[in-house]
Amino acid sequence: MNRSIVEVSDLSHTYMQGTPLAHRALNRVSMQAAKGECIAIIGHTGSGKSTLIQHLNGLFRPQAGKVIVNGLDVSDPKVDIKLLRRQVGLVFQNPEDQLFEKLVGDDIAYGPFKMGLPLAEVKERVEWAMELVGLSFEEMKDRPTFALSGGQKRKIALAGMLALRPKVLVLDEPTAGLDPRSRQELLQRIRRLNQEERLTVIFVSHNMEEVAQLAERVYVMALGQIACEGTPRQIFGNQEILREHHIGTPEAVDILYKLREQGYGVDPGAFLPEEAAAEILKLINR
Amino acid sequence: MTNNPIIRVEDISFSYKVNQDQQIPVLKNVSLDVYPGEYLAIIGHNGSGKSTLSKHLNGILTPSEGGVYVNGIDTRDRMRLHEVRSKVGMVFQHPDNQIVATIVEDDVAFGLENIGVAPQEMKERIDASLAVVGMSEFRHRPPHHLSGGQKQRIAIAGILAMRPQCVVLDEATSMLDSYGRQEILTVIRKLHEEGMTIVTVTHHMSEVTQADRVVVMEAGQIVLQGTPREVFSHQARLQELHLDVPDASRIAAYVHAQCASFSVDLIENDEVVEEVNRHSIPQAEASGT
Repeated sequence: MNRSIVEVSDLSHTYMQGTPLAHRALNRVSMQAAKGECIAIIGHTGSGKSTLIQHLNGLFRPQAGKVIVNGLDVSDPKVDIKLLRRQVGLVFQNPEDQLFEKLVGDDIAYGPFKMGLPLAEVKERVEWAMELVGLSFEEMKDRPTFALSGGQKRKIALAGMLALRPKVLVLDEPTAGLDPRSRQELLQRIRRLNQEERLTVIFVSHNMEEVAQLAERVYVMALGQIACEGTPRQIFGNQEILREHHIGTPEAVDILYKLREQGYGVDPGAFLPEEAAAEILKLINR
Repeated sequence: MTNNPIIRVEDISFSYKVNQDQQIPVLKNVSLDVYPGEYLAIIGHNGSGKSTLSKHLNGILTPSEGGVYVNGIDTRDRMRLHEVRSKVGMVFQHPDNQIVATIVEDDVAFGLENIGVAPQEMKERIDASLAVVGMSEFRHRPPHHLSGGQKQRIAIAGILAMRPQCVVLDEATSMLDSYGRQEILTVIRKLHEEGMTIVTVTHHMSEVTQADRVVVMEAGQIVLQGTPREVFSHQARLQELHLDVPDASRIAAYVHAQCASFSVDLIENDEVVEEVNRHSIPQAEASGT
């Protein structure tokens, strides 16, 4: 069994603690990620997903419970926070809003440069990261960041994080707003990073197709707690869970549930279009 | 068609100016008419120019060449820009970027206050717009505790209060979860049924299926257009353009490859279910008729 690289135990967090507006966002949450695992966190707006992932790189320190990432204890006030943040790359929702340099190459180079790496290595990392997100280094490095589309900016923000070579990549809605091809490419790249470089990936998503394709394991959050945990097949195959926690379904699963309502014996856990087609082929007279 | 278009886009080109001798062309000789009551979807990959095109429809951007006319008014005519904006309202991608007030009804009232609508009429318009988007019970709430879908509905209500003829949605659902997206699609469908002209820019192929017409952009030009069914029949071409077909179409294609009589020409989930029904119970149908 793999040792966990991320270990969250009994984590609680209350916003505005001690005031009349106190709001408990996390309530004894426990989760783990093994090294090289790819994990999705899903759940309705306000279920605590973002609060949870902001603990992973120490933006929030645990009020109660423990968060240990790659041996670093986030609740320890003396923990080397710079080291932690280099190991855990957290990419916020709409990271494109955070580009600040005039030129694409400079923006991606900012992090590695601040790490004090030699210039040649900074350049090498920028090239590597741009290639990884599907941006041509030669063509794009001197482009002004303002004259880019939303999707291109997203890739640049992601490249900027990858250039720091984190051990754990935490993504909040990584492909929202990307076109279908860019989304596919980005998902494939994330999967490659996950499988070939054994980068641990934890992502929050509303897009169930994306969860179905990418995640090995899914945590469902509701009201600040982990409501359930399982493989995508277990989660999407269980309509009670989906209904209770207001989880959307991949399109393919929607079709399969509609067929099941009409009395057909299909496995709604078949969430990929090919698998759904195979389920349908079993039903029809050829 | 006897109708005059609400929006006429005539042979426009647009470039971002980087510096004195470098320009990045985004739109190249685009022409497009939007007719009253039409539901038009614009798709294209990131950087294809679709957002830039949509920002021309109410004069947020003006073309470098060619012209955009809203009810015959040139969007470059700054004196009449408020008329253009009151006819064509726009909803943007990020819910948080378009809420200005601390109470929902004040937010909806914002545009009305700016054009000096009388208080009684203002109240009527706010009531009506919040009712259309199904947010009446939230009128005294602060908007920052609402979900993304609810915020976008408030943004749409603010636009409806201005009594526009056309609503342009620039990826208005892409930051929402599937429930939020359904909320917005329901509102759009209702507005369309009531005769509102809708232009939507989206990456979600399943959203495109409910439009009357689809325009596909690539490298700043319109490269394909037609009904959703026509456009989605060009699966290979769409993939070249970094786009996709709805999962329903893809599933239909897989099944069709094994079973030739199963239609490939399906774009909606319910159509797949019906097609399965048609294939699985021929005996029952035969005995039933």
